[in-house]
Amino acid sequence: MADKLLEIKDLTTSFRIKDDYHAAVDNLSLTVNKNEVLAIVGESGCGKSALAFSIMGLHTRAKIEGDILFKDKNIAKMSSSELNKVRGKDIGMIFQDPLTSLNPLMQIEEQIGETLLLHNKDMSKTARQERVLDLLKKVGIPRAEYVMNQFPHELSGGMRQRVIIAMAIANKPELLIADEPTTALDVTIQSQILDLINKLKDEMDSGIVLITHDLGVVAEMADRVAVMYAGQIVEVADVKTLFAKPLHPYTRSLLNSVPNSDKEQDKLHVIQGIVPSLQNLPREGCRFSARIPWVDESAHEKHPELREVDPGHLVRCTCYKHFSFPDETKEEQHVLS
Amino acid sequence: MWKFSVRRTLIMIPQLIVLSILIFVLAQLMPGDALSGQVGPDVDPKRLDEIREQMGWNDPWYEQYASWMGGVLQGDLGQSFRFKIPVTELIGQRIYNSFWLSVATLILTYLIAIPLGITSGRFNDTWRDQLITGYTYVGFATPLFIFALVMLWIFGFALGWFPTSGSVSPGLVPGTFEYFMSKLYHLLLPAISMALITTYSTIQYLRNEIVDTKQKDFILTARAKGASETRVYNRHILRNSLLPIAAFFGFEITGLIGGSIFIENIFGYPGMGQLLVESITLRDYTTLIATTLIFGVASILGALLSDITLSIVDPRIRIK
Amino acid sequence: MSYLEVKDLKVHFPIKGGIFGGTVDHIKAVDGVSISLEKGKTYGLVGESGSGKSTTGRAIIGLNKITSGKVIFDGVDITNIKRTKSEATKNIQMIFQDPYSSLNPKKRVVDIVSEPLRNFENLSRKEERKRVQELLELVGLSPESILKYPHEFSGGQRQRIGIARAIALKPKLIIADEPVSALDVSVQAQVLNFMKEIQKELDLTYLFISHDLGVIKHMCDDIGIMYKGRYVEEGTADDIFSNPQHIYTKRLVAAIPDIDPNKRDEKRKFREEVKTEYDQSYNDYFDAEGLAYKLQPVSDTHLVALPEKG
Ligand SMILES: Nc1ncnc2c1ncn2[C@@H]1O[C@H](COP(=O)(O)OP(=O)(O)OP(=O)(O)O)[C@@H](O)[C@H]1O
Ligand SMILES: Nc1ncnc2c1ncn2[C@@H]1O[C@H](COP(=O)(O)OP(=O)(O)OP(=O)(O)O)[C@@H](O)[C@H]1O
Ligand code: SF4
Ligand SMILES: [Mg+2]
Ligand SMILES: [Mg+2]
Repeated sequence: MADKLLEIKDLTTSFRIKDDYHAAVDNLSLTVNKNEVLAIVGESGCGKSALAFSIMGLHTRAKIEGDILFKDKNIAKMSSSELNKVRGKDIGMIFQDPLTSLNPLMQIEEQIGETLLLHNKDMSKTARQERVLDLLKKVGIPRAEYVMNQFPHELSGGMRQRVIIAMAIANKPELLIADEPTTALDVTIQSQILDLINKLKDEMDSGIVLITHDLGVVAEMADRVAVMYAGQIVEVADVKTLFAKPLHPYTRSLLNSVPNSDKEQDKLHVIQGIVPSLQNLPREGCRFSARIPWVDESAHEKHPELREVDPGHLVRCTCYKHFSFPDETKEEQHVLS
Repeated sequence: MWKFSVRRTLIMIPQLIVLSILIFVLAQLMPGDALSGQVGPDVDPKRLDEIREQMGWNDPWYEQYASWMGGVLQGDLGQSFRFKIPVTELIGQRIYNSFWLSVATLILTYLIAIPLGITSGRFNDTWRDQLITGYTYVGFATPLFIFALVMLWIFGFALGWFPTSGSVSPGLVPGTFEYFMSKLYHLLLPAISMALITTYSTIQYLRNEIVDTKQKDFILTARAKGASETRVYNRHILRNSLLPIAAFFGFEITGLIGGSIFIENIFGYPGMGQLLVESITLRDYTTLIATTLIFGVASILGALLSDITLSIVDPRIRIK
Repeated sequence: MSYLEVKDLKVHFPIKGGIFGGTVDHIKAVDGVSISLEKGKTYGLVGESGSGKSTTGRAIIGLNKITSGKVIFDGVDITNIKRTKSEATKNIQMIFQDPYSSLNPKKRVVDIVSEPLRNFENLSRKEERKRVQELLELVGLSPESILKYPHEFSGGQRQRIGIARAIALKPKLIIADEPVSALDVSVQAQVLNFMKEIQKELDLTYLFISHDLGVIKHMCDDIGIMYKGRYVEEGTADDIFSNPQHIYTKRLVAAIPDIDPNKRDEKRKFREEVKTEYDQSYNDYFDAEGLAYKLQPVSDTHLVALPEKG
């Protein structure tokens, strides 16, 4: 069995909205092994970033319950000074939005250098500069010597994203959390970045949490996939199983909505409705049922739970057994309210 | 940055010209001319006309403007109507007094604003923040001259801790240590009074900047690197929040000019503000025009200074 | 004569420098692009970031100044046309990339959608409202939503509002600049389906700009591949995806992630081969400045930028 690197146990992350706490990540358990890419997929607003931020301890105003064990140490219960020894060194994070995630008043060299400085106190200034240069070249930034002394606003979105990636991998972290690392990039650079993440994985035996809604990227990169909906995991499986034999209605809907080069289809599948906001999330019974209204009420479970159907393949609830897509004519009617 | 500074400085030239023309026109509108104060009533009006002709006062306005400007550039601001001495002499010591009063006020303003603004912003919505915000409201609501009068009464008259007028004790020799200390002692109370009130806007500004910056994404990036809270504040939040304060600097100077007019009169502090008011009440037009010109130039320079400071701290402007 | 004809379009932006901000150089954002687009078809414009896709689109509708070249729409020369009350501006509309920032957050939906109507048509308040409601219905939003503000909608719904605004004047040609890049898969599917639907319904012609080749393949009949302001290849979707000729196109196509995890290793190997080929034959495909050559026909529909023979 693979080595556990990160183990999340019953994690609940709640935000305070108008005097009440609402869980954006709801009683979620998940493991990430060494030398493994775990992809987390789901629509916008499913709680993917909320989960990533919880692991990094970046929420300032959220209530966090449950345990996050990183190499058997509970980082959820660490003091911030203890946590600061881990963040940026053993755990790196790539942020979603490259346009706002860099300090506008700091040169690129200083921003990347800071990560090195914080965790390698005895590294000389020149050694640091060389390493920064090396990192910039690694992430495929042309004219790295020049870019080092530039400010973020002088770089394009794609370049900034690569700077953020360079920062995240600077200390060769054992766990890398990549929140939509390539959404802002075009395909050629995307494949370059994905190669880089793979290389880090092989070189360091690192575990990677890859958050994305691009299922193509998932198919290319992931070893295992966790599908997230409304703060919960609805299905976990290794990547081949998930693409070959998806079970949960949500997983199947997502897979159906991708423009697929092999299938000649005129119409893409559309999941009805939208991800409910935190306050409107049904906390009882099943969360996805509202979006597959053609499925009979009696098919849904009262308390859908994540169960193992095959070794390593977990699915929430049993209604997938009865689930099928409505026929095409019916689908025509799905106009968003 | 050099390019920006040079360009910004060049822009100042038309500003200064416009200012000088405005003031010149103002001067022309004033009743009387330099002669009216200087000659006795028994002089023949014909002779006066001759002198006027001789002095070029009947020339077209632009020639007069040119010769006036020429004088100003050479440091000749004309003769005071009242005191019959060159205005430059009148201004001489006062401009130093005002300058030092402004510097002291500015330093105090920032000494108060920076720690309070930071505390208030960093611990926003806690009791500390509320206390400081409360203070800024008081500062906002209190008219400067009333506050200054109260300060003067309490610390000057009632407690007697500070002198109540003048800028230096008489009898001291300029250049000695005692002289310097006495100057400092005299400007302390006016400077404190002014700073305590005017600082409110800087505190509020800084607080809001910090609260804003705190929520920026790049702060998360810094935390994710493992930077300690202190480092996050010192390296990331402060640098980004102090920037608009630098931009504020120029306005601060303009504000000081306004404030000094009240303060200097209340504390009987012989500076430019007091001179301005005196020249108005005494109808000393040449002095009035000279002081207005100096105040105008000072605020233009203030704006220049703040733009250049901003360009030094903000690379986004520096590059352009 | 095709419906939209772009001939040797060039858009150069001046680079300002010196103390007095004189023009010191030019960015050749678009440098000799020709497009010919048939009525009712979708033409895809692909290329990496900064290759000049948006600039091309913006130049066609007159938002960027055209340095040289011609734009002919429905037989009328609309090069550098003023975007005032001309017929052409009514007939060509644009959908912008970001559904979050392209809608004014302070305006209600009714004001956003009716803005083009107000500029071009004199309708009474009542008529205007009715038209907006019809439009919203057409894009699948409930008529009550006219009084809401953009932030009250999801990303897909917001993009639909943008589309409603674009089709308000019953345009003939829509330039869609990355209409789905900011959306997640399910919303993306919704918007793409919808764009196809109204294309049929209103007989629309699309110029579809994207860097997502999967989306381009799904939507487009003809495709142009841009690189540094020039075309490297142009052809039907089939030409480009099944028979890419230019090394840059090959690399682009190879970089598309495959949805089948079983093909992963195969794909990776293929990609490496293409990369090696790219590095080796770079000089054969690009001139001394690293720019593409002129397009040469390799079949009736298929053009590739290759050095002139001989
Ligand atoms: N600080 C916060 N306060 C209140 N609600 C929040 C906060 N951050 C996130 N949420 C809510 O939590 C839910 C999950 O948000 P999250 O950002 O994790 O989504 P996501 O899956 O990352 O989506 P995306 O793909 O758009 O990034 C959303 O409903 C969001 O509105
Ligand atoms: N108004 C402008 N002034 C100067 N340069 C510009 C201007 N607009 C665009 N450019 C430059 O022209 C080039 C092409 O830009 P354009 O926005 O067309 O690229 P794009 O292909 O749409 O890229 P993306 O995929 O990032 O949107 C870029 O180098 C850009 O920096
Ligand atoms: S009961 Fe049905 S709808 Fe509900 S979670 Fe399970 S599969 Fe989904
Ligand atoms: Mg997110
Ligand atoms: Mg663009």
